[in-house]
Amino acid sequence: MDMYSTLREIADSWVLLGLTLFFIGTVFWAFRPGSRDLHSDASAIPFRDDEPRCQNACPDCTCKGAIAALEERHDV
Amino acid sequence: MWDGFRLILLGIVILISAMAANWARDVAYQVHALLILLIASGMFYWVLRNTGEEARPSAPLGHYMDGPVRAGVIATAFWGVAGFLVGTFIAFQLAFPVLNIDWAQPYANFGRLRPLHTSAVIFAFGGNALICTSFYVVQRTSATRLWGGNLAWFVFWGYNLFIVMAATGYLLGATQSKEYAEPEWYVDIWLTIVWLSYLAVFLGTIIKRKERHIYVANWFFLAFIVTVAMLHVVNNLSVPVSIWGSKSVQLFAGVQDAMTQWWYGHNAVGFFLTAGFLGMMYYFVPKQAGRPVFSYKLSIIHFWALIFLYIWAGPHHLHYTALPDWAATLGMVFSIILWMPSWGGMINGLMTLQGAWDKLRTDPIIRMMVISLAFYGMSTFEGPVMSIRAVNSLSHYTDWTIGHVHSGALGWNGMITFGALYFLTPKLWNRASMYSISAINWHFWLATIGIVLYAASMWVSGIMEGLMWREVDAQGFLVNSFADTVAAKFPMYVVRGLGGVMYLSGALIMVWNMWMTIRRAPEAVSRNAAVPAE
Repeated sequence: MDMYSTLREIADSWVLLGLTLFFIGTVFWAFRPGSRDLHSDASAIPFRDDEPRCQNACPDCTCKGAIAALEERHDV
Repeated sequence: MWDGFRLILLGIVILISAMAANWARDVAYQVHALLILLIASGMFYWVLRNTGEEARPSAPLGHYMDGPVRAGVIATAFWGVAGFLVGTFIAFQLAFPVLNIDWAQPYANFGRLRPLHTSAVIFAFGGNALICTSFYVVQRTSATRLWGGNLAWFVFWGYNLFIVMAATGYLLGATQSKEYAEPEWYVDIWLTIVWLSYLAVFLGTIIKRKERHIYVANWFFLAFIVTVAMLHVVNNLSVPVSIWGSKSVQLFAGVQDAMTQWWYGHNAVGFFLTAGFLGMMYYFVPKQAGRPVFSYKLSIIHFWALIFLYIWAGPHHLHYTALPDWAATLGMVFSIILWMPSWGGMINGLMTLQGAWDKLRTDPIIRMMVISLAFYGMSTFEGPVMSIRAVNSLSHYTDWTIGHVHSGALGWNGMITFGALYFLTPKLWNRASMYSISAINWHFWLATIGIVLYAASMWVSGIMEGLMWREVDAQGFLVNSFADTVAAKFPMYVVRGLGGVMYLSGALIMVWNMWMTIRRAPEAVSRNAAVPAE
């Protein structure tokens, strides 16, 4: 068979089935149990961060040292 | 070391562009080579003068990187006015052909100004709006600064260089004559480099995010960036006739070429003008309304349904052509199914205002966003109807198509962008609010009435001309000549031009308002008083 017919046959059967199942899967995934809290948390994202969170990159960063000290004492 | 490397690289660019300017086979290529020569020489001088200087950080730590966003907001406003101006001018050219201006031929010809208009509004106005809002949104929703440092600046300047080369190329006659993909091969290659850098900045920021979840707006932006990269590369596969000239030959031919072009063309609508702008909608509508999106579940389903369906809709541009019937039918069916996710998204945006509808009375920015969603709903209803073969036999090649495109572009893309610009300008320049709220109101009404005049006149004109073309007498002869339809359309063309004038005046009021906000409006009270001013 020429390449067009081969690709066409794959596209018409397995790829079509796979894509359809994937799409239906995303709908079910959205409605899965326990997604409600996650979604209400995610929908609040635009209202949270007016400034970037700590990147541990300030020239006078003291967080790194503190975290390392805590880890050494196995407190975390 | 790094400066030396940059100087060598710029030197090579200067040498090659000088050779290209010398050996150029056509004017467009020569002008572009000289443009690159000029820019590279300027950069060479700048790097040379600053060699050994310590690099300044692009933005103070502890703040988002908003420099490229500010530049993008200004560029969006500038290109918007330029694009609307050219659009209004060519609208009057169609009504009054004398405006093609004899002594300015071939440069002021409708045929050369039309791609200038479409590219200026879609890629320059829309593209700059998408790049700057996506940079703004991805930082806020990922709680981290842009990845890649000055790469974001390269994306901004590189993209605007692409626009300048595309626009000057059209005027000088360089085009590969693919609608919405007119730029020639070397401009396409440049855009590919810029676009992959854009993808790198955006994806890099998402990867280093401090927020667990990727907010839905970023999904839409990412789908837009990835798909446009794919569409652009495939539709622009061509072989240049000479590397010293702008002319190229397409790799595909015949109906394959037509199908590739409309697979590109319709997905430029679907992913550039829809998915990307939905990314804006999912951030700015909740922010301006002060409420989270109506249903996050619906937004996820909206996303996947839109992505899965849009990519198949292209063949509806090729009804009654050499394209096999099954392919055209497939495109038509998918276009009709697309109605559902489109309206799902519109409802999700509108219902976000649930409990805050009173803001429609007091806040013209929210009103702009709502009218934009209303136009999104209208044009995504009209589109599927027009994709039906029987309707298309009447509507195709008529002004109805132009009216449909503009109700989507002016209504949906334009209005949501204006809303985003009004939201961003005070935020980015640390102002309490826009300088004049009543000017926003004026802009809103001018733009809305302008769109209504535009769309209504094009409906009348399009359906009239479609019916005139197919009218036959008792013996089966065509009743009207083509020139008869042109004469009959004159009043509608004048009304359309007036609609354009109103829309353009609204945009000019916005530019004045933005200028006054940046220059005159009182500063916002700083949220972070300990941080010294720059």
